[in-house]
Amino acid sequence: MLNYAVKRILIGLATVLAASIVVFAMLEIVPGDPARLMLGMNATEDAVHALQEQMGLNQPLLARYFHWLGGLLTGDLGRSYTYSVPVVDLIVERVAVSLPLALISLVLSTAIALPVALYSASRRGTVADTASMGVAQIGVAIPNFWFALLLVYVFAVTLRLLPAGGFPGWNAGIWQALKALILPSIALALPQAAILARVARSALLDVLGEDYIRTARAKGLSRPGVLYRHALRNALIPILTIVGLQFAFLLAGTIIIENVFYLPGLGRLVFQAITQRDLIVVEGVVMLLVATVILINLVVDLSYAIVDPRLRNRP
Amino acid sequence: MAPLLNIKDLRLTIGGVPVLNGIDLAIEPGEIRALVGESGSGKSMTALSVMKLLPNGARAGGQIRFNGTDILAASETEMCRLRGDDIGMVFQEPMTALNPMKTIGEQVAEGIRLHTGASRAVAEERTRAILDRVGLPVAKFPLGRYPHELSGGQRQRVVIAIACALKPKLLIADEPTTALDVVLQAQILQLLQDLVRDEKMGLLLISHDLAVVADVADSVTILRHGEVMDRGETTQILTEQAHPYTRQLAQASMHVPDRSRPRIAQDDGPLLSVRNVARIYPGTRTGLLARSEPTIAVDDVSFELEPGQSMALVGRSGCGKSTLARMVLALDKPTHGDIALSGRRIDNLGEAALRPARRHMQVVFQDPYGSFNPRHKAGRLVAEPLFLFDTPLSQSETRERIDTALERVGIAPKDRDKYPHEFSGGQRQRLAIARAIITEPKLVVADEPVSALDVSIRAQILDLFADLNGRLGIAYLFITHDLAVARAITDSVMVMADGRIVERGRTDEVLRHPQSDAGRALVDASPDLHRSLARRIGEQG
Repeated sequence: MLNYAVKRILIGLATVLAASIVVFAMLEIVPGDPARLMLGMNATEDAVHALQEQMGLNQPLLARYFHWLGGLLTGDLGRSYTYSVPVVDLIVERVAVSLPLALISLVLSTAIALPVALYSASRRGTVADTASMGVAQIGVAIPNFWFALLLVYVFAVTLRLLPAGGFPGWNAGIWQALKALILPSIALALPQAAILARVARSALLDVLGEDYIRTARAKGLSRPGVLYRHALRNALIPILTIVGLQFAFLLAGTIIIENVFYLPGLGRLVFQAITQRDLIVVEGVVMLLVATVILINLVVDLSYAIVDPRLRNRP
Repeated sequence: MAPLLNIKDLRLTIGGVPVLNGIDLAIEPGEIRALVGESGSGKSMTALSVMKLLPNGARAGGQIRFNGTDILAASETEMCRLRGDDIGMVFQEPMTALNPMKTIGEQVAEGIRLHTGASRAVAEERTRAILDRVGLPVAKFPLGRYPHELSGGQRQRVVIAIACALKPKLLIADEPTTALDVVLQAQILQLLQDLVRDEKMGLLLISHDLAVVADVADSVTILRHGEVMDRGETTQILTEQAHPYTRQLAQASMHVPDRSRPRIAQDDGPLLSVRNVARIYPGTRTGLLARSEPTIAVDDVSFELEPGQSMALVGRSGCGKSTLARMVLALDKPTHGDIALSGRRIDNLGEAALRPARRHMQVVFQDPYGSFNPRHKAGRLVAEPLFLFDTPLSQSETRERIDTALERVGIAPKDRDKYPHEFSGGQRQRLAIARAIITEPKLVVADEPVSALDVSIRAQILDLFADLNGRLGIAYLFITHDLAVARAITDSVMVMADGRIVERGRTDEVLRHPQSDAGRALVDASPDLHRSLARRIGEQG
């Protein structure tokens, strides 16, 4: 187990390092001078020189990479050109929205999907199974922004229970902040829940066909007993894989929902930075997201080994 | 007194298709009743009817009475109480019958706690006792072991421990030893017999192997197409063979094909020559720098095979026989030593240089279905090895070769457009043989080629092997743990143990008077219908 964990962690670190090279290189590949690109066509030579100086563009490539890498390790991602504040401050502010949003959505999605999958799998081929999988199919097909608008219409406009958008900040009180995140998390979670429910159901059904399920039944376990005690844990590997992918998506891929609800999240930060050609912010946020996704994958890999004893002795 | 289990006129349909057509069967306490039949005869479905664990869409009629309970009328809750407590069941495939995520201790204790409500500590105590009883003492096999840390035979002992943990009145064993080698088979059968005698259990032993049945069962019921063909006391049924189907099964299980010597010019030297071959697998990594001891799978093996000769390679599972076969087929490279086909070394060649040699050596596997792509038609599957020819064959030449190969194995050439699932198990093995002989090879390596087949089909396939050997002069290397196959089809035999050839010689001599320990163990453990019947008649006086 220890070997497996150490090896996974080393691979994770190596991947982060490789990713940093790619992210850094992307900035270099952009044709022309980054400073000129950021400032646009009408910039004065002086302004360009000043920015070049600030970004250290007149230093050699390797030196700049190591300087940037050193900054990453010490938490210094440079200053945003458009906002004139340290990139780290920008990111921290946005993570305070995006991380809770992703976590709530993930918990919600799993909490909906697993019971539905267990219910469906235990009643395979019945009307209840067909109906719940039909609903899940619709859930997969509905675009989440449309569903988000529907939620706004019902809960914000008509019932006036929840805010239609915006984020008051955590200083406004936990409940006020959470209230702003409820509708976005539902809009994000339901399509994810639909996908997860379908995957979990088919994983459970695969396991229910295994010989050891018959052994457990011959032991005297009831159908639900077999489902919870034997099938669920064996079906967890594909379920964990999907949950890991969904978490990564929920952190970084929520830009449309952030726009619908006017939330200051990471997705919007990247989008705005790209349109404003604020490459320093783009570089910092992309690197953070890459590292987070690698971390999530590491956690998923380690949880495989906790679930499945056969993986523990793998080098 | 009413019997422990009494099945009367049991009828079963699955999805409207009749599977059982009026089965009668009874078992007394302490009795071992064998249920014999070929695949599809309804043996397993009879057992699952007693457990009420039938597949979806099954409808059962008739009567099953167990210890005063009407099984077919019992509720699911009542059945859950019976299963694992009064009725235990052991299955065929020990490698998949245990949950890979749970320790063996948890899996045995689960049933005990479920039925007795015992505390964790008490259940653990009973788990220790039953695992010790089935030959897995806790000192060597801690409760915290996972199934993947045990061998096939050890796993089957765990499955038996689960089934017998609460001393059931009836034990059902569905082909419990079919997936095990003969030595393990003998051990597991002995264990089942001991448990039955000690606890006065009834045992329903499902088997396709008459020799096993003759060895252990008190009484036997023979099924075919969901009907009882013959039933009675084992020695009487199997010695008298009054029923034609019983006679047919007995003859097929002891079938020895007629073999004519192939006409081969014997002047070219050996067809296959294996010299001082070893295969060593490096140990698995246990730390960043540490490795466990390397595994020596094949250890300094030398032998020669003449053209047209048929040789058996016998040994227990894990003795290295399949590794040796893979090296002969150039699918794996030896760590030491060399292998030559028709005088040319093949162990040091690259894939392109191997092509001419590959044409002369082909392989037939155990599972005919698993070795075919289900989406290809028979003709295409059989033609697969033809790419080994240096000059590509024309379409008409290919067609001609496919038809010849199919005819040689007894399949009508018009069947070339069928898919694998449209053939029966025996026909699929014929297709596998057709695929092996289409390049007109000099050597065919057959890895347990008949062990997945029913006895009557097995007899036909053995005939086919004998016929191809005589007509085409193909040499065989038969890898098997079944000495009956070795006896039926080979001239010479090599006994393998722990990676070494420990004994070799003419098949009839070695199998009659084995000299090595491994050879003796195999011969003693191999079930033999005549020997078993003679012994039991002797015991009965």
